[in-house]
Amino acid sequence: MANNSEARAARRQKRLTKFKNQSMYQLMVWPGVLLLIVFNFIPMYGIIIAFKDYSVLGTIAEADWVGLEYFREFLSDRMFWNVMRNTLGISFFKLLLGFPAAILLAVMINELVNEKLKKLVQTISYLPHFLSWVILGGMFITWLSETGLVNNILMDLNLVENPIRFLTDPNKYWAIAVISDIWKEIGWNTILYIAAMTGINPALYEAAKIDGASKLQQIFKITIPSIRHIIALTFVLSVGGLLGSNLDQTLVLQNSVNYQASEVINSYVYKMGIQLGDFSYATAVGLFVSVFSLILVVVSHWFTKKLSDESVF
Amino acid sequence: MKSNYSTDEKVFNGINVIFMIFFLAIIALPLWNIVALSFNDATDAIKGGIYFWPRQFSLESYYTVFEDPAIYKAFVISVMKTLIGVVLHTIINALVAYGMSRKDLIGRKVYMQMGVIAMFVNGGMIPTFLLFKSLGLLNNFWVYIIPVLFSFYDMVIMMNFFRGIPYSLEESAMMDGANPLTIFVKIILPLSLPVLATIALFHGVYQWNDYMVANIYVDNRDLYPLQMLLYRIVSENLSPAVATGTNVVRNTTSQSLQLATMVVTTVPVVIIYPFLQKYFIQGMTLGGVKE
Repeated sequence: MANNSEARAARRQKRLTKFKNQSMYQLMVWPGVLLLIVFNFIPMYGIIIAFKDYSVLGTIAEADWVGLEYFREFLSDRMFWNVMRNTLGISFFKLLLGFPAAILLAVMINELVNEKLKKLVQTISYLPHFLSWVILGGMFITWLSETGLVNNILMDLNLVENPIRFLTDPNKYWAIAVISDIWKEIGWNTILYIAAMTGINPALYEAAKIDGASKLQQIFKITIPSIRHIIALTFVLSVGGLLGSNLDQTLVLQNSVNYQASEVINSYVYKMGIQLGDFSYATAVGLFVSVFSLILVVVSHWFTKKLSDESVF
Repeated sequence: MKSNYSTDEKVFNGINVIFMIFFLAIIALPLWNIVALSFNDATDAIKGGIYFWPRQFSLESYYTVFEDPAIYKAFVISVMKTLIGVVLHTIINALVAYGMSRKDLIGRKVYMQMGVIAMFVNGGMIPTFLLFKSLGLLNNFWVYIIPVLFSFYDMVIMMNFFRGIPYSLEESAMMDGANPLTIFVKIILPLSLPVLATIALFHGVYQWNDYMVANIYVDNRDLYPLQMLLYRIVSENLSPAVATGTNVVRNTTSQSLQLATMVVTTVPVVIIYPFLQKYFIQGMTLGGVKE
């Protein structure tokens, strides 16, 4: 017994000395830990207002518990389901078209023989990623206006008689949101793939050529399978973001006419919470969506893992 | 030079080059169209039909933009938040990363777990808003800087880089009696310029481009960064003069002023962009390798 406690005391003493020795390092780390606690963990406590009747005038602790009332409220709200449909629809098409398009573009860039052209394509295609949605949104509004670039081209080619009103037609909004997002990010999304492709052993291609494999066969049998891990990774991350549909893009491209088709979860939460001050309701919607997103990440992670272990790759 | 490509490869390469030129045109020409439009006479531009060269050259819109005190003020806010944000963000994350690069740091495992949790779970928009309100960050310049001061992701990228620096360098400095802070400043930082530049660049682009922080937490127009001012101008289809409350006498339209403001806001990004290309590619791959 006595020995045991002595040993423990000695251990504690040792740990204390160690801590003193590294106090400078601890001091370096603490600001980060403090910021993490304040800006990431304290807001988590605020989530409880989703279950409370909170108004700006009182404090969170004083507010009355209302259980799942707000969840019932938005789940029976037609607007909520409309917003959900827009979010999933826009994100789904962004993923369905944008995800393979980036892989295809990466393959094509990787195959370019002329180094100067390769460099030029990369430089130009990364550029839109660095422009904010405010700028690009303003540009898209200009291009799609009745006297803008797109209508100019369509009319000069005699494809349409009268200018098309793109942004004031709710039926066209999804397509605009999807295409503009792909246009902005496709180049940027190739970076990881291209980096992975440079790591492929050139001997594989030489061997394939000797065996008479065509260019397309090389791409589908060597290039794509070699980068499947990075593809799986980006896929999981994209699925996790399905419900986090781009707030910046939506707020810029949205207007009072297309709003039935353009309102997504994030913009809905922003409007209900920040603009209308319905904090508890907005938090409940936000919480529902975060939990749903987390489930999507876990499921897609599990799914891709299973797929890449057992499939033909 | 005699080509050693097979016919199959020649056809493929030819199609590829044509495809790429088409792709480049789709990205670059619309951007150029905006520049051409912004240099065109405002009322003439509304008629349409301008592709890639101004029909009636005019600098009126640019004069108006540069004379607008609100735009000038917003430009200063944008520059300040970008500079201060980049410097503080890079320093804080580098310090934390250096401390965390010591494997025997007491509590290190807990700190890492906290960071990972924070990456996947967060309080969401409204609880964050309420927190900022109680901290007095609403309508406060520091709301642009402090909440994004620390980034776990950036910290991990730096930490991994620091780990690659030979420990013998630190050891010999320690024997000469240097304390950890001196080692950090004199040895670690000078050897880590690539990763510092990468993190600084990503944060700089974020700071320059972000308008959502201002949109959610700031009502005071004196604190609007350029992007936020532009957002109001574009989303409400106002001319900058209306949004900023100044009088305009020149021949301009709301569209022409929007375009000129967009170009002015974009130019700093486009100018520094080619020089930094190597760093952000590096940054993307550093982040990817980590996961």
